Parts: sequence; structure tokens; C-alpha cells
Amino acid sequence: MADQELDASGLNCPLPILRAKKALNGMTSGQVLHIIATDPGSVKDFEAFAKQTGNVLQESKEAGGKYEFLIQKS
Amino acid sequence: MSCEKLTIIATKGSFDWGYPPFILASTAAALGKEVTIFFTFYGLALLKTDLGSLKVTPIGNPAMPMKMPFGPKWLQSIDFAPKVPNVLWNLPFIDAFSTSMMKKTVKNNGVAPLTELRELCLEAEVKFMACQMTVELFGYEHSDLIEEVEYVGAATYFDESNESETTQSLYM
Repeated sequence: MADQELDASGLNCPLPILRAKKALNGMTSGQVLHIIATDPGSVKDFEAFAKQTGNVLQESKEAGGKYEFLIQKS
Repeated sequence: MSCEKLTIIATKGSFDWGYPPFILASTAAALGKEVTIFFTFYGLALLKTDLGSLKVTPIGNPAMPMKMPFGPKWLQSIDFAPKVPNVLWNLPFIDAFSTSMMKKTVKNNGVAPLTELRELCLEAEVKFMACQMTVELFGYEHSDLIEEVEYVGAATYFDESNESETTQSLYM
């Protein structure tokens, strides 16, 4: 279960990443952020974001043109 | 090893070229990097208090697609750039027209307005440095530019990019 949700639908690079970063700033270690995006570039971008920030990308999936990510704050 | 710091030299001040430095700077800051943008020459225009005067021009810009940001899909898919003789781009108001078309396209695509990206950079503590020599050369007053700007010279840019051993530097 996610602790917080972020709907980044319709937003393009780099807004989904920036909004996710902002949301994570307000969360505590171990909490999970659920992100919904429509930007196809966000799939690789959230992988890269997790890799560089140390937050854990628990899940990345696509369904019906929507991309969903679960990121656990480190 | 990952880079801890990013320095960008921003030299272009048209509406379209305003995007790359602000996109990369805000993203790098979100990735935890310390970021400085050094604005010089035409890049100074990106620091104006009001970015509304920035324009995009099709003149000397052969890679710029010219597509309608509204109307039926078939119409939106046509690239007019290669179909229109270059001489037409010299008509009055073409820059204003192209700029308003690009702003509409930007909005349609969920891309942030330039001012918002600049705000996001400032929020993320991206440092803005302006080249004092070009400020004088182009006759800018400090009051023409946003107040977050530090006025420096080339030596400060190198000091910024030498601060950390893992600095990445981009010229745009």
C-alpha cells in the first residue's frame, strides 16, 4: 500500500520527476509514493531517478497508456 | 562514481533555447546535485524579470518543425517548414506568430512554462550567476534581471566547476 499518491498525468519531462522529488521530500524514510504518469519517457526516468537518489523503485508497470510507479523513500 | 555537482553555461536567450538549461538544472537538483548556471551573452535574457519578451524564430532555424498546435489531427501532422519558402519568415510578426504557436504546443504537451521551470530551479537552490562583463556589454541594468542573480566573471565560473572533483559541465 502506498502512503501517498501523485498524479502526474499529462505532465511532461521533467515535471513528473520534479513533482515526485517534492512529494518524497515531505515523506519519511520507508514510506511509499505511488506515481501515475502518462509520459512514456518516465519509465526510464524513474529508474534513473531511483538509481541516483537511492530511493527504491519497487514497481513499474504500464496499463492503458498510464504508467504507474511505486517508489520507497530511502 | 556519480557527479555531485553540475555547472551549465547558458549562452542562448531565445524562447526555445531557454528550456534546456532550466530542464537539466532542475532535474539535476532533484537528483541531489549542487547546480550552478552561468548565464553569459544572449543567455542573460533568461534572467529577465519578465520572460514574456523571449521569442523563437524560424529564421536560420531549418530544423524547426512548423506544425499547427490546433485543428484536426491530419492538419496538426503537417510540417509546414519545408513547404514554405524561407523568404516568408522575414515578414513582420512572424516571430510573434511562431512564438505563440510554440507556446501553445508547449502547453498542449504538458511541458512547463519557462517561468515555472525557472522558479523550480530557484526553489531547488540552483545558483544563478550572470557574467558581469556581458551585462555591461549589452547595457543591462541589474534591475532588469531577477534579484536571485549573482554577478561574477569567468574566474568565478571556473571556481564553481572546480569545487568538487565530480563536477559535470555543460555548454549550451
